[in-house]
Amino acid sequence: MEFSLNPTQMMIQQMARKFALNEVKPTAADTDETAVFPWENVKKMQRYGLMGMNMPVEVGGAGTDDISYVIAVEELSKVCATTGVILSAHNSLFCDPLLKFGTPEQQEHYLRPAASGKKLGAFALTEPNAGTDAASQVTRAVKVEKGYRLNGTKIFITNAGEADYYVIFAMTDASKGTRGISAFILEKGWEGFTFGRVEEKMGIHGSSTRELVFRDVFVPQENLLGQEGEGFKIAMVTLDGGRIGIAAQAVGIAQGALDETIAYIKQREQFKRPISQFQAVQFMIADMQTQTSAARLLTYQAADAKTRGLPYSDLAAMAKLFASETAGFVTNKAVQLHGGYGYTREYPVERMMRDAKITEIYEGTSEVQRMVISSHAIG
Amino acid sequence: MKIIVCVKQVPDTKEIRIDPEKGTMIRKGVPSIINPDDRHALEYALSLKDQDSNTEVVVLSMGPKQAKNALIECLCMGADQAILLSDSAFSGADTWATANTLAAAVRKLMPFDLILCGQQAIDGDTAQVGPQLAERLAIPQVTYTRAIQLEDHAIVVERQMEDGYEVVKAALPALITATRKLNTPRYMNIRDIVKIHQMDDPVQIWDLNYLKLDPDQTGLKGSPTRVKRSFSPTPSSEVTFLTGSTEEMVSSLLDALKNLNLIGK
Ligand SMILES: Cc1cc2nc3c(=O)[nH]c(=O)nc-3n(C[C@H](O)[C@H](O)[C@@H](O)COP(=O)(O)OP(=O)(O)OC[C@H]3O[C@@H](n4cnc5c(N)ncnc54)[C@H](O)[C@@H]3O)c2cc1C
Ligand SMILES: Cc1cc2nc3c(=O)[nH]c(=O)nc-3n(C[C@H](O)[C@H](O)[C@H](O)COP(=O)(O)OP(=O)(O)OC[C@H]3O[C@@H](n4cnc5c(N)ncnc54)[C@H](O)[C@@H]3O)c2cc1C
Repeated sequence: MEFSLNPTQMMIQQMARKFALNEVKPTAADTDETAVFPWENVKKMQRYGLMGMNMPVEVGGAGTDDISYVIAVEELSKVCATTGVILSAHNSLFCDPLLKFGTPEQQEHYLRPAASGKKLGAFALTEPNAGTDAASQVTRAVKVEKGYRLNGTKIFITNAGEADYYVIFAMTDASKGTRGISAFILEKGWEGFTFGRVEEKMGIHGSSTRELVFRDVFVPQENLLGQEGEGFKIAMVTLDGGRIGIAAQAVGIAQGALDETIAYIKQREQFKRPISQFQAVQFMIADMQTQTSAARLLTYQAADAKTRGLPYSDLAAMAKLFASETAGFVTNKAVQLHGGYGYTREYPVERMMRDAKITEIYEGTSEVQRMVISSHAIG
Repeated sequence: MKIIVCVKQVPDTKEIRIDPEKGTMIRKGVPSIINPDDRHALEYALSLKDQDSNTEVVVLSMGPKQAKNALIECLCMGADQAILLSDSAFSGADTWATANTLAAAVRKLMPFDLILCGQQAIDGDTAQVGPQLAERLAIPQVTYTRAIQLEDHAIVVERQMEDGYEVVKAALPALITATRKLNTPRYMNIRDIVKIHQMDDPVQIWDLNYLKLDPDQTGLKGSPTRVKRSFSPTPSSEVTFLTGSTEEMVSSLLDALKNLNLIGK
């Protein structure tokens, strides 16, 4: 068992850290304030091979392993959780299902541009009445000549409006339940495919969270992803992988808040000494540090299993559950240790606390993770 | 077009500590980095490659085996070939011997169009290696470059001066030394990081034998410089910092000057 990064991973960490500090950190507060999608940084991430990094070279990716990808999401999320989730949604929720289930033609047409950083992707499963209960899809795809006709809406879709390509789910045969759901690849700009309401959120303000509306959208047969009826399986497998990306985002948020806090307590003086000299403060740091490290190890473990081709569904759920709750705990304590200043927008920990919450909700709530974990444990 | 970029691995001087007894730099535990000016030199070469994919960028360094890491980083930024001049015979070189050794390697890489160096290294700090290398190779040199325009078989360069800039035209092949004003260096690219780490030996090592250099022309033996003594200068006078509001500081300053009889009472 090896507990250190290999030379490739170390260099990717070095690159991602420098990129995050120089390019992303300076704009993070502004991205939060204005809630504008950070295209300039996303373009740079495309140029430097981050977007699609863990896709094989043969399909246009950089060919990294999943630990390297986790490291990149973590480094970005340390300074800006919005940027972290844009990368995670693109790589895990769009590229990954195309790699696993796409035909060679679909991979050439959609995955290559996405994996090589020319196009941005998104994944749309959630509907107003199909959240945790993702199987109760109302969006319908009716078989017509040479394809399908789609009607319905999706909500809360990350990268919506900004992305060029979408993996979406719809009911092709309602009588078959989960086996009646199919997956499709859609392009922005297709007739009848529009974007609706933009959500105003607690955190990750710069990330786009938007409604997709389908009105008689014609989807050609060759854009069916996987087999008809295979959609629910595709969604679940995709989310298993996506959870590793969100776990990485959560680890990054926690580490970022911890770094800010350690710097702050060393310079903030009360009772004529730095507050870092109070044992109550030191013990809080010890707990924050320990939980963050544990969360990182669980995340690396899940990523490593995925790269090795081992089962990782429960590992990903444990990583996401623990990391997201850790991000909540650590950012809360970070604000506490900043005192009144921490509650103001002058310091980044306030934003980090707001950003942390979403990691306990999307790609399966903490309750869903507990269901996955317990069903693996109990059988 | 073939471009050679000379890169020196240096200790990160932001992290430098001095041994209080010996007065020398503690190198142990100090991270090594690519000399900052050399990144700008490399960036210019890579920007030419962006415009014309036939451009070949070779990075060249003299140093211990660990300097490989600096060259790997250059490859991950997009350089095509990396050569490390490493041999125990090269160690202890001053700028003269460094330039001799680099020149021997450049001769092996002929023909080339352009050599780029950093303006100066943050450790040695002499800014001599570039000019000396150009002299050894008998090619034109332009130092303190802040902008470059490429023409047919020539370059037009803006040289940063203290109070303005000079425009100089030089025939190729030529050597230029880059300042930080020249450009913004790029990051390593994830695709290149993966590709380079899959190679067995991304960095070629050239030794004394390979360069067919006279051992008396390189390393400590080939270095006419003798460091007699190194010391930290002691401050020659006392400094008093005035504090308080502007008014308070001005009135203390006036008092101090009066007490020293530098202004009338
Ligand atoms: C404290 C100290 C004092 C020294 N004093 C002297 C002295 O008084 N006289 C003297 O002659 N030497 C001296 N040396 C040695 C000398 O600085 C270096 O050995 C010499 O190799 C490089 O010179 P530089 O660091 O000043 O580089 P500079 O001349 O400042 O470097 C300019 C550029 O040349 C290129 N370059 C320099 N070194 C290399 C390399 N090894 N490989 C590839 N490219 C390179 C880089 O592009 C660099 O940006 C001293 C060294 C130290 C650490
Ligand atoms: C910012 C943001 C970005 C998002 N991005 C995407 C995206 O890109 N693509 C996409 O498809 N979706 C996306 N979502 C949707 C997200 O995945 C869902 O919001 C999430 O799965 C929860 O569904 P819901 O909101 O309908 O909550 P509900 O399912 O209504 O859950 C409400 C509460 O009930 C609990 N609960 C529900 N069922 C059970 C049960 N059986 N047992 C115990 N507790 C239960 C839940 O855990 C939760 O606490 C995003 C959401 C947000 C807010």
